[in-house]
Amino acid sequence: MFFIGGAAAVMMRLHLIEPAGALVQPETYNKLFTMHGVVMVFFFLIPSIPATLGNFLVPMMIGARDLAFPRLNLLSWYVYITGAAFTLYALISGGVDTGWTFYTPLSSHYLNTHVITTALGVFITGFSSILTGLNFIVTIHKMRAPGMTWKRMPLFLWSIYAASVIFVLATPVLAIALFLVGLERIFHVGIFDPAIGGDPVLFQHLFWFYSHPAVYIMILPGMGVVSELVTCFSKKKPFGYIFIAYSSLAIAVFSFLVWGHHLFVSSQSVYAGFISSALSFALAIPSAIKVFNWTATLYKGSISYQAPMLYALGFIGLFTMGGLTGLFLASLATGVHLHDTYFVIAHFHYIMVGGAVMAYLGGIHFWWPKITGRLYHDGWARFAALVIFVGFNLTFFPQYMLGYLGMPRRYAVYPAEFQVLDVMSSAGASHTRRRLLDSIRLSSLVHPLWTRSRIESLERERPGMGDAIAASHR
Amino acid sequence: MSESAASSPLAAPSARHLSPALHHQFEDIEQQRDAGNFGMWVFLATEMLFFGGVFTGYIMYRSLYYPGFAAGSHGLEVNLGAAMTFVLLASSFTMAMAVHAARAGRRGMLLGLLFATILLGIAFLGMKFTEYSHKWHEQMVPGLNFHPSLTELRGAPEHAVELFLCFYFFMTGLHALHMIIGIGLLSVMAILAWRGRISCEHYNRVEVSGLYWHFVDIIWIYLFPLLYLIGGRYK
Repeated sequence: MFFIGGAAAVMMRLHLIEPAGALVQPETYNKLFTMHGVVMVFFFLIPSIPATLGNFLVPMMIGARDLAFPRLNLLSWYVYITGAAFTLYALISGGVDTGWTFYTPLSSHYLNTHVITTALGVFITGFSSILTGLNFIVTIHKMRAPGMTWKRMPLFLWSIYAASVIFVLATPVLAIALFLVGLERIFHVGIFDPAIGGDPVLFQHLFWFYSHPAVYIMILPGMGVVSELVTCFSKKKPFGYIFIAYSSLAIAVFSFLVWGHHLFVSSQSVYAGFISSALSFALAIPSAIKVFNWTATLYKGSISYQAPMLYALGFIGLFTMGGLTGLFLASLATGVHLHDTYFVIAHFHYIMVGGAVMAYLGGIHFWWPKITGRLYHDGWARFAALVIFVGFNLTFFPQYMLGYLGMPRRYAVYPAEFQVLDVMSSAGASHTRRRLLDSIRLSSLVHPLWTRSRIESLERERPGMGDAIAASHR
Repeated sequence: MSESAASSPLAAPSARHLSPALHHQFEDIEQQRDAGNFGMWVFLATEMLFFGGVFTGYIMYRSLYYPGFAAGSHGLEVNLGAAMTFVLLASSFTMAMAVHAARAGRRGMLLGLLFATILLGIAFLGMKFTEYSHKWHEQMVPGLNFHPSLTELRGAPEHAVELFLCFYFFMTGLHALHMIIGIGLLSVMAILAWRGRISCEHYNRVEVSGLYWHFVDIIWIYLFPLLYLIGGRYK
């Protein structure tokens, strides 16, 4: 799914090399960005770390034989595949062009594309998220080995736990919102339909009640991975363990209270906007706590720059930039100015690609030997990490400037004065994508011609790993 | 994974209560039972938020279009609704007794009570269906057959009554869907009990199904007053 979403993104960037649009029709462009958003958010970012690393590491880290409900876990995989099949069917049979947000009444009354199929795919996949979150919560609560108290758990588990809480509490609201959109389309009645006094903005409230917490589903596991990586590769204990742990929970709690900052220009009252804005600022505090504690862990550590660590350091830098630009968007005045511009795109991608994807790649590299018994090629992996970092910045930094200068998102054409920055961004995108492909598929990970002795040398290089993992290594 | 647990000094073999009902990932039957119950509670939290989305919409539109909601509510058959509430509460009682019977290991009693619960559930759905068909004949089904007469509107704007009925059908329909799932779940439990797969040691499935059944009842306890009893009918 990641590659499908990525392909859509690269086509958009190639299209935007010329101001008038170089590659596709505007309708196709709309379908491309919708597909990119839907696939990346619901089928890659949300399940990525929990489903791969989480399912593997959670039981191991707490000393259990398996998750509490292994069959439910398998079911969630089939559910995910079913949901993905619906969405891919929509993609193949003509696409959908609502944007990943499915805003009403555009999605419920005006479009004749495959909204229902896509929404159904997302709806079904939501259940796989719920089942996974439920499984993690029960496992972490009930199946810790004797002596594995909450405050001895690896930090990765705290973040997975916080993300699971959001999975369980937020996903059903998205499900109900999409369900209602589907009913409106099928029966031509509805709750969001202004013709009978309904309110389209209600959909935005329900949608963002899920989708704002959902961005923390995407980033929290990444933060957990980075906590582990930074600790391991600076060969120190995590600085401020308890603060990092509780800040995960604080993020989960606050994340439910800030959805209003997506509705600054959607007829929300000034007071509601003001409160959303203030709460969004409050949400920056636990995020900042994490960044400060990571840097404090690095301080005077014996740092080794192996590939996973490069990804982790990339994460810290890019997440900080993404987080700080988030504050511009959370302020009412600048938020209104920057609303729906490329500034938002750049902010989101700094958190999601610079944060979640970097952490995912770092985590996959870090635990790859544990999963497969083979070591990746460290030289190539480091090279790939650096190229991804450079290419990523080349892609998205110009978008900050574009957005600040006023280029709106989701347009297939743009004024000629933006062309230089757009070409830079497009160049970065195609570059990053090639390296991403290389790093994952070719050069480092699936290149496991390394002997058993390399694995044993790993023990020497990683003495500072969390107790639970170290125990399970032997 | 099993390596790590087996080599762990913390998992003393004597603590393992070996029973055929015990799944491989759990230490003992107690932990398995705890995990099962807790899992269902977490799932019910999910369900609560699922219904919560609709309740939010209901509250919002009710405050915006109160006269329409009251008029729509007056069009519902409150006696039938009350009877449904009674049937559902009775089914909750039989369900609670079924869990008790399972814990006591009384297979015959368990089967009888599960059967009674299923029957009451089906009776509820039958009454719901009757009410839906009445609405259909009154031409009060939004989207499919909506041509309300003036007496039905009781002076309220048509779109507001339609909105109320949208919520009525959506909320009760979603609840009925949950009832159908619950009846399916209890049927599976009855088959398991018939085959003797439920013992006083391994009755957790019945307990968890019971939690689900009670939850669906509680949703109705909220739906009944919110849909049937608004608008000062008995002032």
